[in-house]
Amino acid sequence: MADEPLVLGIETSCDETGVGIVRGTTLLADAVASSVDEHARFGGVVPEVASRAHLEAMVPTVDRALKEAGVSAKDLDGIAVTAGPGLAGALLVGVSAAKAYAYALGKPLYGVNHLASHICVDQLEHGALPEPTMALLVSGGHSSLLLSTDITSDVRPMGSTIDDAAGEAFDKIARVLNLGFPGGPVIDRYAREGDPEAIAFPRGLTGPRDPLYDFSFSGLKTAVARWIEAKRAAGEEVPVRDVAASFQEAVVDVLTRKAVRACKDQGVDHLMIGGGVAANSRLRVLAQERCEAAGIRLRVPRPKLCTDNGAMVAALGAEMVTRGRPASSWDLSADSSLPVTDPHVPAPTHDHVHEVSGENLYS
Amino acid sequence: MLLLALDTATPAITVAVHDGTDVIASSSQVDARRHGELLLPAVDRVFAEAGLKLDAVTGIVVGIGPGPYTGLRVGLMTADTFGLALGVPVHGLCTLDGLAYASDIDGPFVVATDARRKEVYWARYADSRTRLTGPAVDRPADIAEQVAGLPAVGAGALLYPDTFPNAHEPQHVSAAALAALAAEKLAAGEELPAPRPLYLRRPDAQVPKNYKVVTPK
Ligand SMILES: [Zn+2]
Repeated sequence: MADEPLVLGIETSCDETGVGIVRGTTLLADAVASSVDEHARFGGVVPEVASRAHLEAMVPTVDRALKEAGVSAKDLDGIAVTAGPGLAGALLVGVSAAKAYAYALGKPLYGVNHLASHICVDQLEHGALPEPTMALLVSGGHSSLLLSTDITSDVRPMGSTIDDAAGEAFDKIARVLNLGFPGGPVIDRYAREGDPEAIAFPRGLTGPRDPLYDFSFSGLKTAVARWIEAKRAAGEEVPVRDVAASFQEAVVDVLTRKAVRACKDQGVDHLMIGGGVAANSRLRVLAQERCEAAGIRLRVPRPKLCTDNGAMVAALGAEMVTRGRPASSWDLSADSSLPVTDPHVPAPTHDHVHEVSGENLYS
Repeated sequence: MLLLALDTATPAITVAVHDGTDVIASSSQVDARRHGELLLPAVDRVFAEAGLKLDAVTGIVVGIGPGPYTGLRVGLMTADTFGLALGVPVHGLCTLDGLAYASDIDGPFVVATDARRKEVYWARYADSRTRLTGPAVDRPADIAEQVAGLPAVGAGALLYPDTFPNAHEPQHVSAAALAALAAEKLAAGEELPAPRPLYLRRPDAQVPKNYKVVTPK
């Protein structure tokens, strides 16, 4: 529909420079430049390397997104940007670009939350988010269970990891197995040929007295590393496929068990899964099985929309416009620890900056 | 000609509009930790004061450092994006050249800014328009011989009086000076550097050693 808001979104919270364009809940462009190869030899994302890459990639990526969408920048109804959480220096590059772009084009600026964006992106795949929606966000940076009744104003944390993020555990086990970085895709691949029940690795925080919705992957990571080291010390060959499959099973078992439990407890009949780990094939299968058994509708976007991208930011920005949420001010800051409960960063009520820069500058 | 100049490579957040002859409006603030928040409001203020709109500019000039990276990128990203949105050229200028130009010194001198970690970004000049060496990043003690007897400007010089006994103002770069220097060079048909950052240091990153063994010994 032509009267739906046309929004460009910029994402730079980690190592992907993402620029997406959406019209309402329709995806028009999803351009991503990744610096992941530059981080591989370090075995993890190096913040300064990521920030430098964002600066280089931004303008070409914005250009590419506009061409892909076939729209003109002057027709945009707003510019959205990840204001946090994420790597401070990396976020700042995106926020600087978004502000300058919005200001130069005379468009409103929407600083939005990275986690809420991960949830909202599913609107581009499966239409309007059911209200309420339970969301399981799992990546190298986050592992959270969130409940939202309105993605522009109400996101409640149900639980989160108390130590490592799920994706981090994948990276670390891949490193112990000498499989390289990032670990998610390669573990997934090996696991397909392995036996998930070969080794009984521990399920963190699943005891009767443990917090219901929180996660812990540190103990699992240690247990897997110990198991591998014992094999090596005994001079035996490490069954990489079985280790990968059994480790992966331990992670996705806990994730899906707790997510389904949260849905049941809260009377929520929709579960969405997002974040880079949502691309894991076993997670998708097991979540589907368990949701079906529990009468819950599962929504998982295609893998490219699960990893960090600009389309998810544009999706949430468009929702902000649709619901008439206030724009951000020109002094919007990048907030590396923006709380999940703030889906966006609206301008303070007395916003002199916007009063100055509204009509008189762009009339 | 209407130039917008900005520089965030040092603790100064500085913005100016220049019409090819004079600075029409400018703003300078010093706050090492808030480049990202302060720059856009400063641009907005400067244009309001000039009675102009951003889309009137014919070119952007941005300080390319050297400078601590996080702040440096705010100015560069802003300049790049303005250039993209407005379809005007974006020029770079060495931040130290702006300081040199503002110093108005005739003979040889040194410009030094604070590079943190007990180092300075520095360059030697024959006069306020002519850079001889640098920019480089060094510990003040290591360059003492090379700068001995020379007057010096910039916060880096003022910070290390042992190395720079003849240090004086200006302490911070101003976009007004940067704009004036750019206008002069452009009028003379000179090519300005590309708006690419002068980091002068490799990113801090350690390649992890072999993964940590977790089995207790
Ligand atoms: Zn993410």
